[in-house]
Amino acid sequence: MDNQMQFEYNVEGGNFTRAGYASSQIKKILKQLNVDIAIIKRTVVAAYEAEVNVVAHAYSGTIYVDIDTEAVKIKLVDEGPGIPDIDQAMEEGYSTASSQVREMGFGAGMGLPNMKKNADKLEISSEVEKGTTVEITMFLNDKG
Amino acid sequence: MTMHGKYFHHALKFRKDVCIGCSHCMNVCPTQAIRIHGGKAELTDNRCVDCGKCYLVCPVGAIIVEQDDFSRIFEYEHRVALIPSVLPGQFPESVSVRQICSVLLEMGFTDIFEVEHGTRILKDAMKVYMNERKDTRPLISTFCPAIVRLIQVKFPNYTNNLIHLKAALDIAAQYYQKKLIDQGADPDQIGIFYITPCAAKIAAIKSPVGDEHSAITGVINMDFIYNKVYTSVKQGFSGKKTCTIPQMQPLQPEEMLWTLTEGESSQISGRALAIDEINNVIEFMEKIENEEINDIDFLELRACDQSCAGGILTSGNRFFAAERLRNNARKARKQGQDVFVRESPESIDDYAAELKKDLGVNKILPRSMDKLDEDMTRAMHKMQKVQEIMKTLPYVDCGLCGSPTCNALAEDIAQGEATVDQCIFVQKKYEQSGKLTPKESMEKMQKIWGREKFQDSDN
Repeated sequence: MDNQMQFEYNVEGGNFTRAGYASSQIKKILKQLNVDIAIIKRTVVAAYEAEVNVVAHAYSGTIYVDIDTEAVKIKLVDEGPGIPDIDQAMEEGYSTASSQVREMGFGAGMGLPNMKKNADKLEISSEVEKGTTVEITMFLNDKG
Repeated sequence: MTMHGKYFHHALKFRKDVCIGCSHCMNVCPTQAIRIHGGKAELTDNRCVDCGKCYLVCPVGAIIVEQDDFSRIFEYEHRVALIPSVLPGQFPESVSVRQICSVLLEMGFTDIFEVEHGTRILKDAMKVYMNERKDTRPLISTFCPAIVRLIQVKFPNYTNNLIHLKAALDIAAQYYQKKLIDQGADPDQIGIFYITPCAAKIAAIKSPVGDEHSAITGVINMDFIYNKVYTSVKQGFSGKKTCTIPQMQPLQPEEMLWTLTEGESSQISGRALAIDEINNVIEFMEKIENEEINDIDFLELRACDQSCAGGILTSGNRFFAAERLRNNARKARKQGQDVFVRESPESIDDYAAELKKDLGVNKILPRSMDKLDEDMTRAMHKMQKVQEIMKTLPYVDCGLCGSPTCNALAEDIAQGEATVDQCIFVQKKYEQSGKLTPKESMEKMQKIWGREKFQDSDN
């Protein structure tokens, strides 16, 4: 038996009906693993924001989840337009979402700041017109 | 299961002698708390939230709701019937509240008091509570005890969002007790009996989740009272001559509607939402948990469709009951009842200050039912086992293994409470490969469903 587990989810760009599916699955797994409820809450909020970002901006993406007793790592790799200026994107209220997306209740420009607030560690790398990789790390014991 | 101690008292009891092992209950249980073993339904205590969905689908009445023996009321000199507004809602408009009350008095009660009077005290307290906790949103009503338990077991993250205040029912009981004591009654001679529309309220009274003791002495099921009143009405008892009806303080229209869907949410300022029926509540709470929705101030969540009008112990049609209560409220509003008139010398307002001091309840604790193990490494190993087992299961969710879904069976196996050859598909495969003889395979099924179901009807 391994002391670590991996999960993988595909995310379809533009399909908001299914946005949140992967986050829900992650939540379910963490509950079953008896992870502290406050950590689950922060993890799911960060994962959900990241998942919605992929749906809103990218063509497609994959979420890789890596869990061991020390940490939960969620890596979202997408194929999409990429982020030209990551620092700008991290500002609250900054959004490139279309009015159509905003009407659906998404794209208020709180995604990245909210992820940063909830994640213990957040790493973003991006290449314009290629895609973006977001890595969320949550520490399960005392914060590293 | 023996893994944890018993968290909850349950009002729903399964009668093994009556159960025919049809698994209808297992298939509707929203928390997957039921398994079939030896041809009988078995309840996993820590998963059950007392919603009563099982009670409604049992075709043979094998699930019963425990209640106090009616004769218990005669152990007390003061016998108070605490009635919810959905009780009069059970009867057609031609049966008056007066008639219902006179039957209750005829049965032996000395006092009748409507539960919803307690909402007047509670409503103000809820406003204060919400203002004091502006950082915690959404706040969730603790009106429905099945929902409180559901939050504890399935959404443990949200136990802090539950409004930690006494229920209107307890406030009403406390008021009546205090009032009688002040009028000179011996506290030991006061018996307060709640006429309940559901099992969850009973469970909550017998083992309150956040509050240690209840002012309520006992519980009588509403269907029992319904039959008594109906018999009496059918036999032509008008109730007008035989009894003097105590003058009751009329309820305000909004108090009458408190137990119906939107009864609370319509009274709360801010963005308040009402959701009824437990599966709807689960679906919605999943969204709340992901913080997909985060600008709601108040959630009124009820386990039954049409809220208490659809309580499992109600006898009338839930839509008619709700309609009747709304009609009554409309009439009261027309008559200007909401311009507060004190027709009776007594009112719960007389004790408002005193009651408000004592509205707090103990902390409602999370009781996660989803965790596979307390220890994360062991939980992880069990989860790997579940994944491994799922590869051999058919994803049909037929329930023939005695667990409600393939996934539930896989979890039961990982917990050491079931075996993979309980699955009929696995049995067929094993028979084919010679791993199981037809006789052994038959025995597996008999162990789950009982021998009787496999007897040849020709012999």
